[in-house]
Parts: sequence; C-alpha cells; structure tokens
Amino acid sequence: MLESYILKKRQQKDILLMTHIVMGYPDFEASYKIVKQMVEAGVDLMELQIPFSEPMADGPVILHANQKAIEGGSTVLKCFEFAQKVAKDFSIPFLFMSYANILYKYGMEQFADKMAAINLKGAIVPDLPPEEGKNYITAMEKNRLAPIYIFSPETSENRMSYLSTHGAGFIYCLARKGVTGKATSFSNELTTYLERCRQATTLPLAVGFGVKDKADVDFLKGKADIAVIGSQTIRVVEAKGPDAAGDFIRSLF
Amino acid sequence: MKKRGYYGNFGGAFLPEILIATFDELEAQFEKIKQDPKFWDTYVQLMSSYSCRPTPLTFARNLTNYFGGAKIYIKREDLNHTGAHKLNNVMGQGLLVQKMGKQRVIAETGAGQHGVACATMAAKFGFDCTIYMGEIDVIRQRPNVFWMEQLGATVIPVTNGTRILKDAINEAFRDWVSNMDTTHYVLGTACGPHPFPEMVTYFQSIIGQEARKQILEIEGKLPKRVYACVGGGSNAMGLFSGFLNDPVELVGVEAGGKGLASGLHASRLSSDDASPGVAQGYKTYFLQDDDGQMKETHSISAGLDYVGVSPILADMHDKGLARFESATDEKVIAALKLTMQKEGIIPALESSHAFAQAFEEAPQLSKDEIIIINQSGRGDKDIFTVADALDDPKWKKFIKTKAEEYHA
Repeated sequence: MLESYILKKRQQKDILLMTHIVMGYPDFEASYKIVKQMVEAGVDLMELQIPFSEPMADGPVILHANQKAIEGGSTVLKCFEFAQKVAKDFSIPFLFMSYANILYKYGMEQFADKMAAINLKGAIVPDLPPEEGKNYITAMEKNRLAPIYIFSPETSENRMSYLSTHGAGFIYCLARKGVTGKATSFSNELTTYLERCRQATTLPLAVGFGVKDKADVDFLKGKADIAVIGSQTIRVVEAKGPDAAGDFIRSLF
Repeated sequence: MKKRGYYGNFGGAFLPEILIATFDELEAQFEKIKQDPKFWDTYVQLMSSYSCRPTPLTFARNLTNYFGGAKIYIKREDLNHTGAHKLNNVMGQGLLVQKMGKQRVIAETGAGQHGVACATMAAKFGFDCTIYMGEIDVIRQRPNVFWMEQLGATVIPVTNGTRILKDAINEAFRDWVSNMDTTHYVLGTACGPHPFPEMVTYFQSIIGQEARKQILEIEGKLPKRVYACVGGGSNAMGLFSGFLNDPVELVGVEAGGKGLASGLHASRLSSDDASPGVAQGYKTYFLQDDDGQMKETHSISAGLDYVGVSPILADMHDKGLARFESATDEKVIAALKLTMQKEGIIPALESSHAFAQAFEEAPQLSKDEIIIINQSGRGDKDIFTVADALDDPKWKKFIKTKAEEYHA
C-alpha cells in the first residue's frame, strides 16, 4: 500500500519529499492552508502530528508548536476531523505522528480503525517500540496500515532487522542523535550509516532530523528514498506566514 | 518480543529508538551490580563514611504523648548528607556511572534536593553536572539553586510546559538523547523507563532495611503502620521495601494541595482524577485529560508536584498492597508547626505530608502499637515557602532589610 506508492513515485523522482505539520498550529485554518500549499508545490507525503503535552523526542520548534496547538484547543477529535478533510481533498498519503499516550488513551484498536476509516496510511509513534506495541502492531496490520519504525545511528544491525520485520511502509532514519530541529552535518559518516540502513531492510528509507534546504535534499539523493522536512517548514511559516509554505517547498527541488 | 520492567499493568520501557542501546547497557550494568555482593558492601561503606548512615530512628515522645495513641517513631533521612533521602540514590548511581566510564551526569529536580544531591555526588566523583529545573521551582527553591551552582553544577531553568518537575524530566531526556555517549541521566525517583523504578528502589531500600532492624532492636516488634510521602515515590519505596513481607500496613501520602474537590492537587492514587497512561517512558497513573494531555498539578511542596507516580506503587495500589491518602497544604503546614514545637525537628514540606496523615491516625491506635514516619528530608530549605505560609512579620522585615542592603 504505502510502500508500493513510494516505489512507484520513486520511478519518477530521484527523491521524495515528506513534510510535517502540527495540527492546529498556529490554528486549523492555517494548517489547512499549509497542507494545500505544500501538496500543490509537489510534496509526496505528509506527517500530521497530533499534539501531545510531553513531546519527549521533539526539539524547541516542534515542542513550542505542540504547546501552542493544545492551548489553542487542538483536541484529538478535531485532529481526526482535520485529517479526514485533508485526506479527502488531496491525493497524497497522509500519516499520523504522535506519542504513545494519545493512542493508548483512545484505544489502540479504535485508533487504528479510525485511521483506516478516514483514509490515513500509517503512523509514526516515537515512544512506542515494538516491544511495547504488540496491540498497536496487530491493530495496524488488521487495517492494512503502516506502523513506521525508526532507525538511529545507535541502532545495531540486529535491531535494525528486528524493527524492519515489524515495520511497514518505510523506515524513518534519524540523521543524527538528539531531538528534532537542530543542525545536522551531512557528511561521509551519514553516508556510511545510511548504507548500513540500506543493508538492513528492503523497505524504503526516509531521512529526517536537520534536513532544511536544497543542499541537504540533494545530498540524500541516491542514498535515501524520502527526505523529511520537519522543523524547518514550521520555522518558515512562523517567519513568513502559511502562504510562504509553497515557495519554500519549490526551493527544495 | 521482550517486555521489560513490568509491575502488573504498569512500568515498561517506552523508549525512543535512539536510547535503546543506552538502556541495554544500563540494564546490563545494573544486573551485574545486583549479582555482585561486594557492590552493596561498597555502597553501604560509602554511605556510612560520606553520609550519616545508618540514619537514626527517633522516638517522638512528645508527639506520642500529645496524641495519646500509637508510639510514633521518625526515620531521620533528614540527617543524611545534603539533608534528604535523595543522596542514597545518587551515590548508588554515581558508583554505576564510574563503572560505565561516563564523565557527565544530568538530572531533573523539583524541590532541588535531588539536584543538590546530584551536584554533590558529581563534585565528589569528578563528573560534569547539569541540572534541569522548572522555572517555577527555581523561584520556589532558590537556596537549593544557589548550592547546586556553588557545588559546580550548571542549573538550567526549564521554561516549557507547566515549568515544574515533569517538564524538567522531558528536558533532561532531550539532553540525554543528544549526549548519551558521555552522559548518564541520574533520574531522581522510582519512575521512568525500566530499569529506573527498580534501580532507584534498590538504592533507596537501605532506608527500609535500617528502619526494620532498628525498630526490632528498640521495641522488639514490628510497627503497625509506616508512613511516607509520595511524589515520584522513591522515599516511600525505600521505606516500604523493608516491610514488604511483614504484616505492616504501608501508607503513602500524596499532595492534596487545596483539597481533592478543588482539582488543585497532585493525588494520583488517592483521588479518582488520575487514569492509566504512558508518558516519560513508562506506564502508570497520570493526572491527564480524556485526550491524554497531562494536567497541571498543585502542591505547596515542589517535590510532590508531579503528574505521574512510581509504577511499582501504582501496582501496589491496584493490588491493595499499600494504602494511599492525601494531605492538604493547610494540614501539612499545621503538622510541620506541631512537629517543630513538640520535637525540635523540622521536616521538609514533602515529608510533612506523611506526618499530617500519621497524626490523623495515631490517636485511633492503641498505646502498644507503633508507627514509623519517614522524614524524607529536612525543612530548612523551605524557609521562604514556610515563612509565607506562616505569614511571619519578622521574616518579612528581614527580607526587606536584606533587599535594601543590595540596593534592590
């Protein structure tokens, strides 16, 4: 499903682009405008983050967006309504990103059923490793949704294969240690690590954390299938407003 | 699939991938020291030479007479070096850091007691030290911030979220995922991902081991009940550990804040306001809304002002192995005042919660029954908060004069 979409798209493009928004930041109207701009500018996939009060893996930019979204009244229910609308209005695949507690409180099965019902394709839940996510994996599989797992530079080969067995869609490779939105050096070290990732899985590879401009995206061509732009789009929207999102995306090609 | 660190339905290790290898190493090292009988001896030796272990078990004769019920004993963790039970945990983890060959430690702190203890340990062992502390707690606990900095630690005020203990924990994790090669995160309480709840309990169990031995020596019998305040739950787990296989009732006392009905409290186990959830790497009862967003908590004591609670205590709660109560800010201040006046002992605001509940129950017990209260820390750190609560005019005058001296 998600994987075959990625493989098909890759026949037309050197690298695909995935972007990230926090739903309800700065508000839902702006969120919709950002999605529209990005899809029209040629983004291939999008992560829709359901905000959480304790986003442990996120750095200052996305952390701030999470807090503001919650303060502004971004509830799980409103996020579902928003996701349903964008998935209906735009033809690219949309994924949820959130933290384990949001799914746990909603109920793992109910959450996956809901995702399928509103036509979402997969989810990234950074604090739910397979060891703790048995119900989640089962529920996602039942609905033919992709549980997306993460490789880090610290992940051993053994664990990479283990994660690959439980994952679907693609693997999200962290370009470096740390949290989202900090600088990354695009170096030989990163190339070697991505070769290691490629060896460990047949799933497509997405690379995120610190990817911010055309040079970074170009660097990843031939080494990965998807470049993930997270914090940088939020920074651009904060500085120039939602209407700047499209031009920013076009500057990456 | 290997599931680790579960206590009934609670605990686990909900870790971001980047920390998996770090936790594998930590767990392996902890298993190794648990198997090594020499390690515990080294630890006890360190605690008896660098700190005041065993800490005394004090008979509170005047309080006992005043209430006319059970004999009241106080376990004096306030006499531990740095003035609280926190040192037990940090010295244990410090020895572990040495074994792992890391050079830097980081920690979160609420009341600042764990931060001071950690900065002390870092100074003694020669580690670099960074302490994360919620901005609100920095204001509430200025004297501890002063000491942490004097001890050579860098104190970073956390301005995210509710700006208290849970936010400091998140920020410490964010540091750790960037620096785990050189750095160990000295988590201060029996919460967080496995092996922390078990490991912190292991080091704190020295409290319960001593207390059990001491009461048998003094009284020749076990207490009827033991009381401990519960923030994250490390001092409670420490005391309870000594009596798990005995016919002793374990009573945990949470922060009742302005009363359970007001919603302004930090009572996870003694109110109906909390529900099971997953955050900060583990599963337990959290004070959260229906979406799973964490709520603001309230307590007069920074150290009990926390949304989650030890998964071990959550399990004991569900299984009825311990009883959980709450004490309001008002009752806590009254208990603190009474303890000072009757015994010449100044418990921390956190510990005063345990005193408040024990004072409610002591008169109902008979004179041949015994209770032990864990005085987890000393109260002089709370001088600003307590002076405010008592509305002491002489203190206010002193502060004004002092400010004038600084030309403020």
